[in-house]
Amino acid sequence: MKAVTLNNITKTYNKGTVLAVDNLSFEVEKGELFGLIGPDGAGKSTIFRLLTTLLLADSGTATVDGLDIVKDFKTIRKKVGYMPGKFSLYQDLTVEENLNFFASIFGTTIHENYELIKDIYVQIEPFKTRRAGKLSGGMKQKLALSCALIHKPSVLFLDEPTTGVDTVSRKEFWQMLKRLKEQGITILVSTPYMDEANLCDRIALMQSGKILSIDTPANITKAYDGKLYAIRSSSMHKLLIELRNYEFTESCFAFGEYLHITFKKDHIDHTNALLSYLKHNGHTNLELKTIEPSIEDCFIQLLKQ
Amino acid sequence: MRTIKFLLQKEFRQIFRNKTLLRSILISPCIQLLILPLAANYEVKNISLAVVDNDHSAYSQKMISKITSSGYFKLTSYNSSFKEAYHQIEEDKADIILEIPAHFERNLVRENEQKLFVAVNAINGTKALLGGGYLANIINNYNNEIRLQWVQPSRFNTAPLIEIASSNWYNPLMNYQIFMVPGILVMLVTMIGGMMCSLNIVKEKEIGTIEQINVTPIKKHHFILGKLIPFWVIGMVVFTLGLLIARFVYHIIPIGNISLLYGFLAVYLLAVLGLGLLISTYSDTQQQAMSITFFFVMIFNLMSGLYTPVESMPNWAQWIAKFNPLSYFIQVMRMVVLKGSEFNDVKPHLIAILGFAIVFNTWAILNYRKRA
Repeated sequence: MKAVTLNNITKTYNKGTVLAVDNLSFEVEKGELFGLIGPDGAGKSTIFRLLTTLLLADSGTATVDGLDIVKDFKTIRKKVGYMPGKFSLYQDLTVEENLNFFASIFGTTIHENYELIKDIYVQIEPFKTRRAGKLSGGMKQKLALSCALIHKPSVLFLDEPTTGVDTVSRKEFWQMLKRLKEQGITILVSTPYMDEANLCDRIALMQSGKILSIDTPANITKAYDGKLYAIRSSSMHKLLIELRNYEFTESCFAFGEYLHITFKKDHIDHTNALLSYLKHNGHTNLELKTIEPSIEDCFIQLLKQ
Repeated sequence: MRTIKFLLQKEFRQIFRNKTLLRSILISPCIQLLILPLAANYEVKNISLAVVDNDHSAYSQKMISKITSSGYFKLTSYNSSFKEAYHQIEEDKADIILEIPAHFERNLVRENEQKLFVAVNAINGTKALLGGGYLANIINNYNNEIRLQWVQPSRFNTAPLIEIASSNWYNPLMNYQIFMVPGILVMLVTMIGGMMCSLNIVKEKEIGTIEQINVTPIKKHHFILGKLIPFWVIGMVVFTLGLLIARFVYHIIPIGNISLLYGFLAVYLLAVLGLGLLISTYSDTQQQAMSITFFFVMIFNLMSGLYTPVESMPNWAQWIAKFNPLSYFIQVMRMVVLKGSEFNDVKPHLIAILGFAIVFNTWAILNYRKRA
């Protein structure tokens, strides 16, 4: 039995004028850490809200833990943990009160499932009498995760858990997810950060309610079509404009301190011709190298197809 | 049961932590109850009177002093011509002109009849109506006094005369506070209950906490009860505070049974909170909820019979008042507090309120969706 299945799910908003999820189908294995990667508005949150029974789909069927999201929504609500993109705990209740509250409405206690949240909760326990609204962003995330876990869900939905969280806390957060995965919990996580994609077992790259590609991060980068180069010079802006106008350039994007560039008709090596062309245009400190494509490069390439 | 206990615990914690809210729930109705009844007074005093006395006789002097000594009028000017007095009205210095014709005393004695001219500034309707009425009454009394002096007392009246002696029941001194305080208290309880309840739920929508609640197995009726009960309790507390103020500040001691009042309030609050719930299911932001609630509260207040009697409204307005829970409770409050009405007297009202409670709450529960 799969943890999550979607069959031809379509969801529109505003009486059908806004298409959020477009005839989508995919499956998530039990115990998998599955990532939905895509920019804002790709339909990630809608999928989560559909699967957590907060929304009804226009058409199509879906199951969570083998249960139908329409027929068995009551049972699903007992079995899933959901952490919305926006911090949705009671800001005027303390850390401990929030956790206690969510434990009790799921008919359990903090004590009963303490093992599961221990790793996360110990980090915020020193602040347990502090009101949730007064916590820092990272601590809010940890509290929200604790609350979503307190009833020992079989599937955990995390909607952009790391948005607005500092880099260190983000790393910590992903380590926590890894540990939860080891406990056998299926985790669906969405993120707009492509660099987090590599931390997932499998990912779905999404855009405009559609899945562009769904596979392991390694397979997705392996499927990258063509050779990718990174290039830099002393005047990057001029370089970008000139490269985009260069007749053999397929695509060129700024990527940190480099530009990532691909060429048309890849079997011919353009590098030498390009370098001399750029030198001729007055670029100094030129550096050109072949690189392994990242998920973001793949995403950009998929968008173009 | 356990779920409800936790929901209530959470709700009360949140209310008690919000000090500003707590203050506006508990203290503001008390202050309003101390201010509004004192201000909402139908008695018109200090009516500015301009007199045009063309007679300058003992009779005219006596009449003027009788009018001014009534306490309702203050003589602002004593003019020699109507034109001059009218100028006073134009400048808003006088409300009423009383013109005494020349030879008032002589003609009254000689011809047994005399006419006075009264002109009233009717820009403020209430003041004009009541001021004119008071003046007519005082002149009438004065007339009777003269008649007593002049008419030979006979065993039987030569002409049949109907004398009206009125006495005010349930509020013998026509004290407006006795009449207004119970009504205003009902208004305050309605506003607090309805508004706080709808705003509270919409706040959960606005902050997003309702999203987290909706994915839990919490039952719809548990959630709604968890919202109703705290505000039901608060409504009771506010009402009790109001009764205490009525008792110790206005010395209003309910003649009827207090438990009947509380019994009615218990059902009434269900109706008001039900309306609050209903509004909350239709609004997404506190601003929306606030403006919808405000719309209803305005209509409810002004068409409740609190300020103007429902019976004197046009027919269609009386129909609207029939769908106004506030008007029932104001009636019941006045009946029980002033008249000492019993359960059987308020039974029709109770049935109506029960109807409201059932309709509003059912509608709200049906309309509250845990999923869109």
